[in-house]
Amino acid sequence: MVEQPSGVAAADERIQRQSALRRAFVRPELGAMTGTVLVFVYFAIVAGGTGMFAADGIMNWGVVSAQFVIIAVGACLLMIAGEFDLSVGSMIGFAGIVIALLSVHLGWPMWASIIAAFIVAMLIGMANGYLVIKTGLPSFIVTLASLYILRGLTIYFSIATTRQTIIGGVREAAEGDWLAPLFGGKILGFFFTWLADMGLIATFTAGNKAGQPVVDGIPMLMVWALALIIFAHILLTRTRFGNWIYAAGGDAKAARYVGVPVNRVKIAMFVFSAFCATVFATCQVMEFGSAAADRGLLKEFEAIIAVVIGGALLTGGYGSVIGAALGALIFGVVQQGLFFAGVESSLFRVFLGVILLFAVILNTYIRRLITGER
Amino acid sequence: MADTPLIELIDIKKQFGPVIALNGVSVSVMPGECHCLLGDNGAGKSTFIKTMAGVHKPTSGEIRMNGQKVDFANPRDAMTAGVATVYQDLAMIPLMSVTRNFWMGREPRKGWGPFQFLDMEKANQVTLEEMRRMGINLREPDQAVGTLSGGERQTVAIARAVYFGAKVLILDEPTSALGVRQTANVLATIDRVRKTGVGIIFITHNVRHAMAVGDRFTVLNRGKTLGTARKGELKPEELQDMMAGGAELAELSSSLGGTI
Repeated sequence: MVEQPSGVAAADERIQRQSALRRAFVRPELGAMTGTVLVFVYFAIVAGGTGMFAADGIMNWGVVSAQFVIIAVGACLLMIAGEFDLSVGSMIGFAGIVIALLSVHLGWPMWASIIAAFIVAMLIGMANGYLVIKTGLPSFIVTLASLYILRGLTIYFSIATTRQTIIGGVREAAEGDWLAPLFGGKILGFFFTWLADMGLIATFTAGNKAGQPVVDGIPMLMVWALALIIFAHILLTRTRFGNWIYAAGGDAKAARYVGVPVNRVKIAMFVFSAFCATVFATCQVMEFGSAAADRGLLKEFEAIIAVVIGGALLTGGYGSVIGAALGALIFGVVQQGLFFAGVESSLFRVFLGVILLFAVILNTYIRRLITGER
Repeated sequence: MADTPLIELIDIKKQFGPVIALNGVSVSVMPGECHCLLGDNGAGKSTFIKTMAGVHKPTSGEIRMNGQKVDFANPRDAMTAGVATVYQDLAMIPLMSVTRNFWMGREPRKGWGPFQFLDMEKANQVTLEEMRRMGINLREPDQAVGTLSGGERQTVAIARAVYFGAKVLILDEPTSALGVRQTANVLATIDRVRKTGVGIIFITHNVRHAMAVGDRFTVLNRGKTLGTARKGELKPEELQDMMAGGAELAELSSSLGGTI
């Protein structure tokens, strides 16, 4: 019965044949990588001559992509932990209005308003998580409720206090503040001036900005996006907590059995999702100089789509931050690229739906190869 | 074999309200011994191992480890004391890699302060090594558990328990869902683990599997111990009869051509 020579037992011979090439290619991000390449090739052909890939063009779709990245990263970790947050969009509107109300209406200093918005949003995220854990209801339902509650409260508060749904004057209120530039500022301006001096990027030829480079720096929005990708990727793949995120989403019962604090992990991810939404909201409020109660509409779905294109499993336990970021990039490039290509903008959603479908089919196939699911 | 049993359960009774699940069960395991616990469905096997694993508290009776009386308030207590249980559903996450499953909840780290990162090098190396000792050559430590066969998954779970210091290993029907060859592999693993001095409690209702690795056999029926026998004292048929309640099965067996 003990038929194997000890120490050199044969593994199942049916799963051994795998070339190094295949292993290198079969990754969770493969679908998103393929999609990214296809999207870039497509737009290089149809919109190559339109300035889409000039400095200001890149900045255009880069900013939009960065916005998607910020919420996708939060949605990605949460989805891997096995939960959804449908309240992301409403949270964006809510956090924005909180900042504007506190700073413009109540006259708080901008830094205090921003910090307050983060605290309130993260507490709501915690409440979302706590409700999901305690009631055992699907997070889909709980956060769907938050979606409506938060959106309603946002509109109510802004109308009740200022009798309008758009609150302006934020830029003036942020003047000279120490925290606001962290969200609304730009960095590396000197670098772009230098590039323009070298003739590597274009300069404005008319108007009051004539002679200045068309791109005057990297917006903090992009810096946040990049920082969040790096942070979340390292957290997920290189830390103990990251392993717990996978475990909590993969099989909560099995994870609890070996002592993983599943509840804490899931609630933390709801808080992180709220944090990302607030980063998005703050950057947007600083950029526009105003907050509006309808900001962030449908963002929760766009975040989820980006994550799913990125190879994550809707039921949790599987996914990649890099994939989600690529999904967000596809999103941004397509949305802005269709504009550059002069394609009717309503086709954006058609394009998106098609990409989503293809990405998910490809991802399902790849995942089966990796995990042996049947 | 030492004289003191690793774990000894004496006259364990367990009642759930009016239902008497266990009515005086006694079992002990010596270091390096494989004690098979046999019984048909509903005999009380699950309740008994859950009592041993700290999930249930016995209504009466005593649990001793190395001669000392112990009380397990919860499964964590039992695990700390060195009683590890590998349940049927394994507590493995198929989407995650073998290494990540192996270390789940006890991941090795290096670095300091907030910069403590997984020591994947060590984790992979130990996993590969432990799995090799159990007779499984992994293609790579980061292959997903989902790509392993049922028997190999059992082996990962057993290797994990042993590596993290199990002195008593409770295996809940590890072979019940496996094919012939995989069963042989798991039984070989049990044999290997036993030789390292770990005491094993092997729950099964398959007499042939029990006979293959068991040193002692205890048969449970309707919450009671029907008796404990050493290897060689009982024939497989006798064990089978004890488990199922003798006469009835004999009758059934003959009507089926004597193949059960």
